[in-house]
Amino acid sequence: MTEVSVTKDAVSTAEDLVVLKNVNKHFGALHVLQDIDLTIARGEVVVVIGPSGSGKSTLCRTINRLETIDSGDITIDGKPLPQEGKELARLRADVGMVFQSFNLFAHKTVLENVMLGQLKVRKADKRAAEEKARALLDRVGVGTQADKYPAQLSGGQQQRVAIARALAMDPKVMLFDEPTSALDPEMINEVLEVMQQLARDGMTMVVVTHEMGFARSAANRVVFMADGRIVEEAAPDQFFSNPRSDRAKDFLSKILHH
Amino acid sequence: MFDFLEGYDVLGAFWTTVQLTLLSAVGSLIWGTVLAGMRVSPVPLMRGFGTAYVNIVRNIPLTVIIVFTSLGLSNIFGVALGAADDFEAKFFRLAVLGLIAYTSTFVCEALRSGINTVPVGQAEAARALGLSFSQVLTLIVLPQAFRTVIGPLANVLIALTKNTTVAAAIGVAEAALLMKEMIENEAQLLLISTIFALGFVVLTLPTGLLLGWLGKRLAVKR
Repeated sequence: MTEVSVTKDAVSTAEDLVVLKNVNKHFGALHVLQDIDLTIARGEVVVVIGPSGSGKSTLCRTINRLETIDSGDITIDGKPLPQEGKELARLRADVGMVFQSFNLFAHKTVLENVMLGQLKVRKADKRAAEEKARALLDRVGVGTQADKYPAQLSGGQQQRVAIARALAMDPKVMLFDEPTSALDPEMINEVLEVMQQLARDGMTMVVVTHEMGFARSAANRVVFMADGRIVEEAAPDQFFSNPRSDRAKDFLSKILHH
Repeated sequence: MFDFLEGYDVLGAFWTTVQLTLLSAVGSLIWGTVLAGMRVSPVPLMRGFGTAYVNIVRNIPLTVIIVFTSLGLSNIFGVALGAADDFEAKFFRLAVLGLIAYTSTFVCEALRSGINTVPVGQAEAARALGLSFSQVLTLIVLPQAFRTVIGPLANVLIALTKNTTVAAAIGVAEAALLMKEMIENEAQLLLISTIFALGFVVLTLPTGLLLGWLGKRLAVKR
């Protein structure tokens, strides 16, 4: 297999929001992340693609330390990821996360889901929190569902609520871990549209996805992973029309021509 | 036919049973929840304590625990729970203490099985929002866990109601003690036993039905 190393400036600048340096992680014998170097600039939309088991979800989850790493450094806005505790909780509040399985709090209404972080982490005033929650729910198009429970909503609606819940914390960066993989085909677009809008508004985003259309249209950069390594990084046009590595060519030929 | 009841305060004795049950239920619910929190906590020392407590206390016969509160705590260590001069109050409180110590282990284990039914993603989403461990537990995991174990908790509560009869061993004037006294004094074994058996059914049957209904109503839909 050919590996293409991307030459990058080793000095991080103030524009770098998320920096991963030489990150390694094992799941038992499986070396799931191997020497990962990745820098995400403020306002950048990075789409991570690759075959299943390539470590892209794990990569996404290490950024807010839902997965711990064995070696290497991760910094967010210049600060290294702390150990589990108050410091880490504070940092996580600034990193929004959207999961494949939505993970809305099942015993709380949609509105309460979006208010919870504001009230308990940001210690916001209840009225202000509700106002903001309703505005965000309107923004993602589920304002009329505010008083329902998550189980009463469709998958696409639930995922949009999950995005609103993350946005309510005013995050510096949003992580999307395969946000449309658990959705019925007709609901994928409503979620992608919300994400497109976010990207246009300048949100820094790391998106693990199989949606090549989204990668093409919204990403500033595509990161292609295979077998725990970053094999190729390129602008979407360049990556999709002219991939350099054999592994990426092989992957693209499998998903684009059938 | 029922003139043998004269001179006995059956209702009063059952009232003591109800008081024993309610106080012990509230206490063991609180202590059992704390124990469950310890057993799932990331701190090894707390996990160790929770595990050791549950496995030791739930395997000791309740009678031994109740007798220990009286002979051990009270007579040897002088624990009087604020009622040194009032014998009745002292032994009542000691019995409640013993019942809480014992019943909380079952509350803890019921709750822990409930915690295991809450999908990992719920806690992950809560942590990703920046909630602390105790906030994740009290705001997200436990409220969902409680709703799924209302049925098992009803079983624990019913068992507790009947277990209060063990308090008779240290002379607390609850239903079983009065029953023993009446059986000794009156030649009405069957009738007296039936009356007391029915008394307990009257207490426990609505508990089971009410909590069963509540469990269905509050179930978390996924």
